[in-house]
Amino acid sequence: MTKVADNLNPNIYEKASEREISSTDLDEDVADDFDEKEIFDLIRNINDPEHPLTLEELRVVQEENVFVNNKENTVEVHFTPTIPHCSMATLIGLSIRVQLLRALPSRFKVSVQVSEGTHQSEHAVNKQLADKERVAAALENNTLLQIINQCIATV
Amino acid sequence: MANIELLQSLTGHKGIVWNVSWHPLGNVFASCGEDKTIKLWNKEGQEWVIKTVLVDGHQRTIREVAWSPCGNFLASASFDATTAIWDKKSGQFECNATLEGHENEVKSVAWSPSGHLLATCGRDKSVWVWEVAGDDEYECAAVLNAHHQDVKKVIWHPELDILASASYDNTVKLYKEDPADNDWTCVATLQSHESTVWSIAFDKTGERLASCSDDRTVKIWKEYKPNNEEGVAVVEKESTWKCICTLSGFHTRCVYDIAWCHKTGLLATACGDDIIRIFKKTEDSDPNAPNFELLCKKQNAHSQDVNTVKWNPTGNGELLSCSDDGEIRIWKYSD
Repeated sequence: MTKVADNLNPNIYEKASEREISSTDLDEDVADDFDEKEIFDLIRNINDPEHPLTLEELRVVQEENVFVNNKENTVEVHFTPTIPHCSMATLIGLSIRVQLLRALPSRFKVSVQVSEGTHQSEHAVNKQLADKERVAAALENNTLLQIINQCIATV
Repeated sequence: MANIELLQSLTGHKGIVWNVSWHPLGNVFASCGEDKTIKLWNKEGQEWVIKTVLVDGHQRTIREVAWSPCGNFLASASFDATTAIWDKKSGQFECNATLEGHENEVKSVAWSPSGHLLATCGRDKSVWVWEVAGDDEYECAAVLNAHHQDVKKVIWHPELDILASASYDNTVKLYKEDPADNDWTCVATLQSHESTVWSIAFDKTGERLASCSDDRTVKIWKEYKPNNEEGVAVVEKESTWKCICTLSGFHTRCVYDIAWCHKTGLLATACGDDIIRIFKKTEDSDPNAPNFELLCKKQNAHSQDVNTVKWNPTGNGELLSCSDDGEIRIWKYSD
């Protein structure tokens, strides 16, 4: 028996355009801090665990829900499950977290949370995602790690 | 001026260093982490160096290490669901006993002050009490299921066989053995934190307890025994523990560990904002509503989260810390 997806017919949204490269981007003398767009680019193409679609196409992640503070070394991502009872919410959050932990310099404190009011177990999911000890233990689970790597693998 | 000075940065582990533990004599310490090894450090001249590396004891992350009060045994708690007991009866450190029973990750291990009892706790929400039954023999004396979430830490009272545990369910619980039937039961639940309680520490008398939490606060709890002068009500002759002080506004992220020096009375905290802070009770404050002041803080004590702080048991002001950044640092506090 194959598992039926929680949300069989999710809404699919159009992808945003790619970043336009400006002249300052190419100027080696201009300090280039991380910005929201850059963080968004790192997570927009993460695959949904259930559908052959990206988190951007399902509007699980959006650029306006990414918050970067370079001075304080913090990155905060709020993600929106496609439905309020999505059983994949923790896994999706974990994939976003792992992708950012791998891609960003270690000085960044990464926080991944469900957007307020979009999931029935919002508090429990957020607490789990914020507990670095449980995240570390989860990432030692090979089966889980494989699933996460599949979500993160971008074509 | 209160000051924390860095004496030495120690590298050797790969990945997160989760915990460090002083030998009771304060001249050796053990460290453990993500790389599944335990390292024993000695002082050679002015420098701390790795003396022994213990490998192959665990299949997964080693979360905590603890020396027995006699200093002859080292216990290690691992995400592989086991606790290993190491000793050097053969001349070098070897694992001579493995405690099995937890369903999954063991998060913490602690020896009772007499060295006859051992406690472990873990992700399976349980706290286990083990009795040292003989040479390399350990028997399970109790499985305590009082918490309803992941249990993060166990510690023993400094003199009595009273056990304390801290949990993801936001509470701290205390346990005692009933001498009538040798049953271990939960005798107090300390409720006030608003998120995971990561660590706890008794003061030297065991009549006060400090707890630290993901809610970014530190709380001080005081024991009120039956017939206490203050008139605090107790139930069934068991002490009541009351939160008598909350240190809020000092920490900007989760507080992962707290250490209460039994010689100097100083409190140190390890925080997710990479800072180590030192607090002390102000001299003239009311014992039932004390004030704790921040004596000093070390910004960027590590380049990532600080996971553990431990005072040297000799009271010489040395403080050990370890971090997600893979380093162990040794500090000297002076006032």
